[in-house]
Amino acid sequence: METFLQQLINGFSLGAIYALIALGYTMVYGVLRLINFAHGDVYMLGAFAGYFIANALELDANPSIFGTIVVTIGSMGICACIGVLIERFAYRPVRSHSRLTSLITAIGVSLLLEYGGQVVFGATPRFFPQMIRSRTYAFGGVQITNQSLLIIIVAVVVMFGLEFVVHRTKIGKAMRATSFNLSVAKLMGINTDFVIAFTFALGSALAAAGGVMVALAIPRIDPLMGLMTGLKAFVAAVLGGIGSIPGAMVGGVLIGLMETWLGATAYSTYRDAVAFSVLILILLFRPAGIMGTATTEKV
Amino acid sequence: MRLSRKLLAIGLGTAALVALNQMFEHGLGNFQINPYYARIINLIGINVTLAVSLNLINGLAGQFSIGHAGFMAVGGYTATYLTVYHGKAIAALAGSTLSDGVGASLAMVASLAVGALAAALAGLLVGIPSLRLRGDYLAIVTLGFSEIIRVLILNIPAVGGATGFTDAIPITNFFWIFAMAILTIMVVRNIATSTFGHALATIRGDEIAAEAMGINTTRHKVLAFVISAAFAGVAGGLSGQLFANPLNPQNLNFVKSIEVIVMIVLGGIGSITGATLGATILTVLPEALRTFDRQFPGLRMVVYALLLILMMIFRPQGLLGRRELSWSWLGAGRRTKQPIGRSGTGGLAR
Repeated sequence: METFLQQLINGFSLGAIYALIALGYTMVYGVLRLINFAHGDVYMLGAFAGYFIANALELDANPSIFGTIVVTIGSMGICACIGVLIERFAYRPVRSHSRLTSLITAIGVSLLLEYGGQVVFGATPRFFPQMIRSRTYAFGGVQITNQSLLIIIVAVVVMFGLEFVVHRTKIGKAMRATSFNLSVAKLMGINTDFVIAFTFALGSALAAAGGVMVALAIPRIDPLMGLMTGLKAFVAAVLGGIGSIPGAMVGGVLIGLMETWLGATAYSTYRDAVAFSVLILILLFRPAGIMGTATTEKV
Repeated sequence: MRLSRKLLAIGLGTAALVALNQMFEHGLGNFQINPYYARIINLIGINVTLAVSLNLINGLAGQFSIGHAGFMAVGGYTATYLTVYHGKAIAALAGSTLSDGVGASLAMVASLAVGALAAALAGLLVGIPSLRLRGDYLAIVTLGFSEIIRVLILNIPAVGGATGFTDAIPITNFFWIFAMAILTIMVVRNIATSTFGHALATIRGDEIAAEAMGINTTRHKVLAFVISAAFAGVAGGLSGQLFANPLNPQNLNFVKSIEVIVMIVLGGIGSITGATLGATILTVLPEALRTFDRQFPGLRMVVYALLLILMMIFRPQGLLGRRELSWSWLGAGRRTKQPIGRSGTGGLAR
C-alpha cells in the first residue's frame, strides 16, 4: 500500500509536468488546429533561460524562494517572447496555406530549436543550479520532496488560472471565438492576429514554467530534452481531449502515473512506449479523448 | 508499350545494372571506383527507395506520415534477422553459400521479400486505426508507432538491442539497391497513373467529395499506406545488409523519418522525380558538408530545419512542384504534355 501511494505521488509530480506542457499544446491546437511541434522545445528553452538567469543571480551559492520566483517569471517572460516570435516569423506566413504546410513548418521550427540549441549551448548536458534546498517530507511511510510538491501546486494553480483567463476574461472570450471560427471572429471585430499571438505567449510561458519546475526536480538539462517530453505531453493533450484545459491536466497525470508504474516493474525499459501505445488505443476507441466532445463532420 | 518491348526494356535494364555492378565490385580495366564514392552512390539508391515510397502516401494520397523510419526498421530488422539466422539454409537451397553470387542473391531476394511483408503488415496494423482519422492524428500516430518499434527493438537482444545489429552479413550490392529503387519508382509511377492513383488524387483533393463519389477512402488510404510501408521495409533490408552499415535503433528514430520528409518536401511533394532529386541532393549535401559538420556538430540539422521552414514559406510546392520528368516532357512539342498524378487530367479525359 505504501509503495502504491509512493508511486501515486511520483506519478502525480511527473504527470503535472506533462500537464503543464500539454496545456500549451491544447490551447494552440484549439485556436489554430495546429500541432505546435516546437512547443516541447520551448519548454527546453525555458529550462535553459532559467539556467542562465539563476547563474547570473548566483542562486547556487545562496538558494532562496524569492530567487526561484524571479527565475521562473523571467524564464516565462523570455519564452513568451520566443513563442510570439515563432508565431510571427514561422507560422503566420504559412497560415493561409494548407494545414500540412503549417505542420511541416512546425516540425522545421522544432528541429531548428533542438539543433540550434545544440550548436549554441553544446550537446553535453548542463546541471541546473539548486535554487531550493531539497527537503523531504514524510507522511506515514510516503515521502515527497518539496520540489515535487511545488510542481504539483504550480500545475494546479496554473490550470485554474488558465480556466479563469479562458472563461472569465475578455481576451479569453476572444480566444474562444477565434477557436470557434477564425474568419467569423475577424468579422466580429476581433483582432485575431493578436489573439493568436497571445495564445502562443501564454502557452510558451506555461511551457517555460514547466521547464524550470522539471529542472528543479531533475537538474540535468540538454537541448534535446524537449523532444520526448513534448511528444508525450502532446499525447496527454490528445488523451484528455484536445482543446480541453481540464482534459490536458487529466491526460498529463494519467500518462505520468502509467509511466511511473511501469517504471517500477520489470518492464521499465518499455517506459517510453507507454504514451504512444495509449495514444493508439485512445484513437481506436475514443478519438475525442476523455473530456473532449466528439465533433461531427459537416459537409 | 507492347509486351515484347516491355520485356526488352526489363532485359536491357537488368543487363545494364549487372554490368555496372561488375564495374562497382571489380573495376573496369585499370579504373577502380573509390569505395567512399561507391558507398555514397549506394546510399543514394536506398534513400531514393525511401523517399519515393513515402511520396506515395504523403504526396499522392495527401496523408501525412512521419513514421517512415519505423517501417524501415521493421523491414530492415526482419530481413537482416532472416539472413543472419537462416541465410545459410536459404543459400543451401540453391546448393550454394552466402559468399557466392547465387546464394547471396537468393538470400537477398528472400530477405527483402520477408522484410517487405513484415513492414506491410506493420503498415496495415497502424493504418487501419489511424487512417480513419484526419491529417494531424495520423502524423502523431505514425510517429508514436515508430517510437514504439524503436523501444521494442532496443529490448530484443537477438538483434543487437541498443548496440545495433552488427552481426549482419553484407550481401547488399549495387545491383539490388538500384533494382529496388527502379522497381519502387515504377510501381509508384504506375499507381499514380492508374485508377487507384486517381482515386488517391481525389482523396487528396477533397476527402468528403471523394467519399461522395463512391470511393472507399479508408480502404484506399490503407492500401497506399501498406504499399508505402512495404517499400520502406525493402529500403531497410538493403540498408541493414550493406557493408559496414549496421542497423541501429538510434539511427532509425524520429530524425530519420524527418530526413525522408525533407527529401520529398525539397523535391516537391507528389512528384516522383522530385523525390528522387531530393533524395540525391540530401545524400550528397551532408557528405559535402562533412568537414563543416565536424567543426560544428548539429549544424547540418540546423541547415535542414531552416531549409524546411524557408521552403514552406517561400516555395511550399518544392523545387519541382508536381512536375515529373517524362519522355513527353523531354521532347516537349512533339507530344502534348500529360502530367501524371494530377486529378482531372490524364486518365479520366482519355
